[in-house]
Amino acid sequence: MADSNISVQGYIKHHLTDLTVGEGFWAVNLGSLGWSLILGSLFIISFAWVGRKATTGVPGKFQCLVEMIIEFVGNSVKEAFHVKDKLIAPIALTIFMWIFLMNLMKLVPVDWFPTVAGLAGMAFNSGAMPEYAADYSFLERVMAHPWSYLTIAPTTDLNITMGMALGVFILILGYSIYYKGLGGFAKELSFTPFNHWSLVPFNLVLELVTLLAKPLSLGLRLFGNLYAGEVIFILIALVGLAQLPLHFAWAVFHILVILLQAFIFMMLTIVYLSMAAEKH
Amino acid sequence: MDINATLIGQSIAMAVFVWFTLKFVWPPINAAIEERQKKIAEGLAHTDRAEKDLHIAQDKAKDILRDAKEQAAAIIEQARKREGKMIDEATSKANEERDHILTQARAEVDAERSRLREDLRKQVAALAVAGAERILQREIDDAAHSDILEKLVQEL
Repeated sequence: MADSNISVQGYIKHHLTDLTVGEGFWAVNLGSLGWSLILGSLFIISFAWVGRKATTGVPGKFQCLVEMIIEFVGNSVKEAFHVKDKLIAPIALTIFMWIFLMNLMKLVPVDWFPTVAGLAGMAFNSGAMPEYAADYSFLERVMAHPWSYLTIAPTTDLNITMGMALGVFILILGYSIYYKGLGGFAKELSFTPFNHWSLVPFNLVLELVTLLAKPLSLGLRLFGNLYAGEVIFILIALVGLAQLPLHFAWAVFHILVILLQAFIFMMLTIVYLSMAAEKH
Repeated sequence: MDINATLIGQSIAMAVFVWFTLKFVWPPINAAIEERQKKIAEGLAHTDRAEKDLHIAQDKAKDILRDAKEQAAAIIEQARKREGKMIDEATSKANEERDHILTQARAEVDAERSRLREDLRKQVAALAVAGAERILQREIDDAAHSDILEKLVQEL
């Protein structure tokens, strides 16, 4: 891929940059947010479709699959969350399926989607072609088109993982206040781990750090795992024909990472919410 | 790779998706699963009950069969007894009949014989008298010697 007009650094940077709309903080990463919404909708629509047509008799194969996932999530919730709550299972299911689908996009070879998006850009939005690409070869021009910057793997974007972690954080606060009351929550922050009034400021600092560490670790773990994997995929894509066995091996290994990271995110969410809901 | 509004968008999307799952995904599928679990449990219970019923029915059938066999044996026994009795009865009746017929025949024969003997005796007496008359000619008076003749007739 390292041609005259595209350097190795440029190639890597191309793959790690998303197409954005807007300026500064209010910019939106179109590729990651778009795919995140598409995949989330895919999950929601297919599952709701199964739910609408769900039969209590002999289920179809897709219903079986959906029921297996639901049962798996339900069991995980049952094991870790001991307070009766009808919101926790849907949260866990949404997180698991959504992150799983977003992670799954990483198995699409790194150049495929940018190429398709670049071709679409040249076909439907040729005016956006940067001027410096005027004398590039066709493939280089495809890759120079801004649409080719659209990424397909949302979980390699820190915004996506931290966005979900923020959602979980809000849920932790919500659960804490709902189950313990505002006073109970404040008391827990102030009087643990040292139950003495003189240590309230110390406790507060400690507990706030603990509280903030939860969503931070959640989001960064997912992002770190998948971003690192993505970088390796990109590096593998740079080594010519040898990339075929390497890519295959890394992709097979990533099947595990994809499932595991989705499961870890879900399980930790359940555990954090269970800690928020249970009185100590 | 800066933190930007994508994060907020993702959080909002997450809220919407979670709400949607809570409303339209989890309840119907979970209800279907639980309903099916109930059905299967009922089916298994039914099977157990049916098996028990089957055992009971088999036991009952065995009892009925045994009763029937006993009854059949009793009936056969009874029939055999009656058969013997009937044969005995018939035999004794036949014997009686035979005895009766024999007695009657013997009585008739006796009667015939005594009648014949009477006849014969009379004739022999008459013959003897005639013979004697012929031998003695007139020497014998019927009236005077009738007691002797009577005695003779008696002795024959």
